[in-house]
Order: sequence, then C-alpha cells, then structure tokens
Amino acid sequence: MPPLVEFNQVEKRYGEGPLILDRINFAAERGDFIALIGPSGCGKSTILKLIAGLSPISGGTVTVDGMIPDNAIEELAFVFQEPTLLPWLTVQKNVEVPLRLRSTRSDRRADLAAKCLQLVGLSERAHYYPRQLSGGQKMRVSIARALSLSPKILLLDEPFGALDEMTRDHLNEELLAIREQKAWTAFFVTHSVAEAVFLSNRIFVLSANPGRLHREVPVDLPYPRTEETRQSARYQSLVADVSKLLRSVERNQL
Amino acid sequence: MSKSLLSRTLPLFTGVLFIALWYLANAMLSSERKFLLPPPHLILQAFHDQGPSLWSAAMNTLRGAFLGFSLAVTGSFVVALILSLTPLVRASLYPYLMIMQMTPIIVIAPILILWAGPGLVSVTVITFLICFFPMVVNTTQGLISTDRNLVDLFRMCKATKKQEIFLLRVPAALPYFFTGLRIAATLAPIGAIVGDFYAGNSAGGQGGLGFLTIIYSSQFKMPALFATAVTSCALGFLFASAVIALSWLSMHKWHDSYSRTDS
Repeated sequence: MPPLVEFNQVEKRYGEGPLILDRINFAAERGDFIALIGPSGCGKSTILKLIAGLSPISGGTVTVDGMIPDNAIEELAFVFQEPTLLPWLTVQKNVEVPLRLRSTRSDRRADLAAKCLQLVGLSERAHYYPRQLSGGQKMRVSIARALSLSPKILLLDEPFGALDEMTRDHLNEELLAIREQKAWTAFFVTHSVAEAVFLSNRIFVLSANPGRLHREVPVDLPYPRTEETRQSARYQSLVADVSKLLRSVERNQL
Repeated sequence: MSKSLLSRTLPLFTGVLFIALWYLANAMLSSERKFLLPPPHLILQAFHDQGPSLWSAAMNTLRGAFLGFSLAVTGSFVVALILSLTPLVRASLYPYLMIMQMTPIIVIAPILILWAGPGLVSVTVITFLICFFPMVVNTTQGLISTDRNLVDLFRMCKATKKQEIFLLRVPAALPYFFTGLRIAATLAPIGAIVGDFYAGNSAGGQGGLGFLTIIYSSQFKMPALFATAVTSCALGFLFASAVIALSWLSMHKWHDSYSRTDS
C-alpha cells in the first residue's frame, strides 16, 4: 500500500514572495502521529495547509491517499489554533456543521454529533453556547467537530497553544485516548517539545528561512501513553534531545 | 444607599434638577422675552391644545420614516451582499456610494420634489438616502470580516457559495448589521422630519412634524414648537428601542456583548 501522505520535493512560496518551504520530502504511514516542530516562520502550518489543499503548491507533488489533496478532502479534518466555533450555534449544532455541509440527514447528524461530544466528554454541554465554555472546553468542541466526519487524517495546528499547562496535558492524554478508538493519522503542529514527544511517534524538526525538514526524530515510547510516560527516563531524555536539536536549529538562524 | 438604588434614583434626580433649572431660567428672563423659553407646563398645555395635529403629523412622519428605513435596510442588505463578493466589485461601486452620501439632502430635495412631487414618496426617499449609507457600510464590513479559518473550514467541507453566505457570512455579520441598524434607526425619524420640512405635502392633514415646525415657527408658537421637538424625540426613541429589542432577540443568547459577566 502506498503511504497515506507523501511529499515529494515540495516547494511553496506565496505569490512572488520568498520561498517558504524548500524541497520537503516525507512519507506518512497509516497510524502515524507526526509532530511538526520548529522556529516561527519555518512553514509548519503551511505544510498542514498543503495537505488540506487550502493553498496551492509551487513545486513538487503532494499525494493524499494516492490522490491530489483536492480530491482527498473528504478524508481530512482540520483543528485550528483557535477553537473557531460559530458563536451563534449551540455546541451540538457546531459539531453538526461539517455534516450539514455534506448533506447528512438531520437525524443521523444529531446522532453522530452526540457520539463525538461524548468522545470529548462534553455531552452535558450540548445545548450551551460557545461563550459559556472555558477555553479547554471550546477546544474539545473543535476536536469533536473535526471528528464528526470520521476523517482518516487529522490536521492539528497548535490546537492547545493558548491553554494552560494542566489543561494542555490533560487534553493531550484525551486526544490519545480518542485515537485508541478512532484510528486516524495525525499531523500536529506545536511549539512545545514536551507535547510533541508525548503525542507522536515521529517528530519532524524544521528549520526556517526557507523551511526545510532538518531532522526526523523517531519516538519509541509505547502507546498507550499516560501520566507515567511523562515520568519515564526515556521520555525525559527524548525531550532533552529534541530541545537541544531545536536550540541548535534556532541558533543557526541567527 | 445601595448602589443599584442610587443608579436608579440618580436619573430621576437629574430630571427634576433640569426642570427646576428650566423654571429658574424662565423666571430670570424679562417678561417680553419669556416666550423664548416657555416653561414645561405651557409645553404640556400645548400638547393638549395641539394634540390632534401633533398626533396626525407624528403618524405621517412615522409612516415616511418606517417606509424609508425598511427600504434602506432591505436595499442595503442586498447591496452589501453584492459588495462583499469581491474587492473588485467594492472598488467599482464604493466611490459612487460615497458621492451619494456626500450630496446634501437640501440639494436633493428640490430635485425630488420636481420628480415625485411633495409628499410621502419624497419623504420616504430622503429617509432612505439618510439611512442607507451607514447600513451598507457596516453590513459589508461584517460580511467580509468572517474568520478566515471558518471560511477554510467551510471550503474543506465543500460548502457551496450559497451555504458559505447564508450559514456563515450572514450570521457572522449580524453584530455589524445591528450596529448599522442602530445608527439608521436614530437617523430615520430625523430623515423623515427633514424630508417633510423640505419636501412634505402641506395639503389637508398630510403634513408631518417637519411641516408642523414650519407652521408653528411662522406663528411664533413657542410651546407648540417645543412640543413638536418632544414628539420628534419620542419617535426617535421608538425606533431606537425597537432596534435594541430586535438586536437583543437575535443575539442575547450567544453574543459577548450580552454576557452577564461583570468585568
């Protein structure tokens, strides 16, 4: 079987602007959890946009499940930096939005949305409006919305960046727990080395100006991962290694 | 005194103080100049004496204001939808909207009278012209300010253009729409009165508050003029409260401006 997502010599620039991504090559297998980490401006988020087909590539090829991204769009879901909920809709209706846009029947829509809300532990908040939720809860709704379409690939662009550390750790564990039930492949952009190591089985360290894939770090910690994982020596040495790598990448930029 | 009690009695107190100062000012005027500032009870008397004409004038003005306002709301919504389509459309239409806004009503009124004759049609058009611009500017701004990520989300879900507009852009523009609506609501009665002043129909019972102003001022009926001013205020208040109520109905459940957190 071909890789689920494949980048081959991919280049990206916006208009006549400078090169954002320079000859990116990688192949993501089914079930991979890939963390993208690197200094600001290294094009991490741009990689997600290219997979989602939200922005055209300037060179090379991107294939998603053997297709060009535009055709694979039904297999993808995006979780943004901000929860980006529709404030005028209840939690339940927000989760239903993607289903509604893809003309799912309304009874089935409600059913699927309820299941996804249960998955993120927010069934009791179904009839709340977004403004009545905490930051962490909003992010959970955003994840439930992404899951409503049962995507094969989940693209997460620093989803927990604005949350406090406790909430972030907790949501990381939840995210992995959900993945045990729904086996999607994930691309996860983050600034946090600890988060990257905890979640992923592969870390892509990128350098900036132009964005290049500097190094890939395999994370050999066994799943399921829990709070104990964070205490393990292997986890801590990986965090130290990746931090060092990231610092050296950032130093080279200066 | 508790804070809420204070905040409730204070406006009442300022009102009483204002009326007292009014009487004081009236008492200080020499007897031949007292007519310039009629005391409140004479204005109430004028309400009683001029009741029927004030009422019928207010109804005529209300009709023009409501028609012009409604046309401006619907028209501006359609125009804003068109303007929101592309920057190119905006660039090609905005200058003309600006020109329309900058032409003084006083200049337009005589042209309108020649076109449509004095009366309801001219008053409605003038109200429309005054209300239209703030509505169209605010609504367009709302329609093009949709969160970029939400637009991406809709595109990833293969939303049609129609879905993108009516499920996303229009509801997201509601707070902007209501900002425009509040401005237009306070302008509508003013527009109708100004319109009536310049292009109202003076024939039997068709005049509005603008026309009444002309009559009373030519007769030096100061208390009646003040009564007309109060009536105009009441009309403005009516429009503003209707819009505030409508805005509350459509947004209090979800919009931050209605949240009860006291920060």
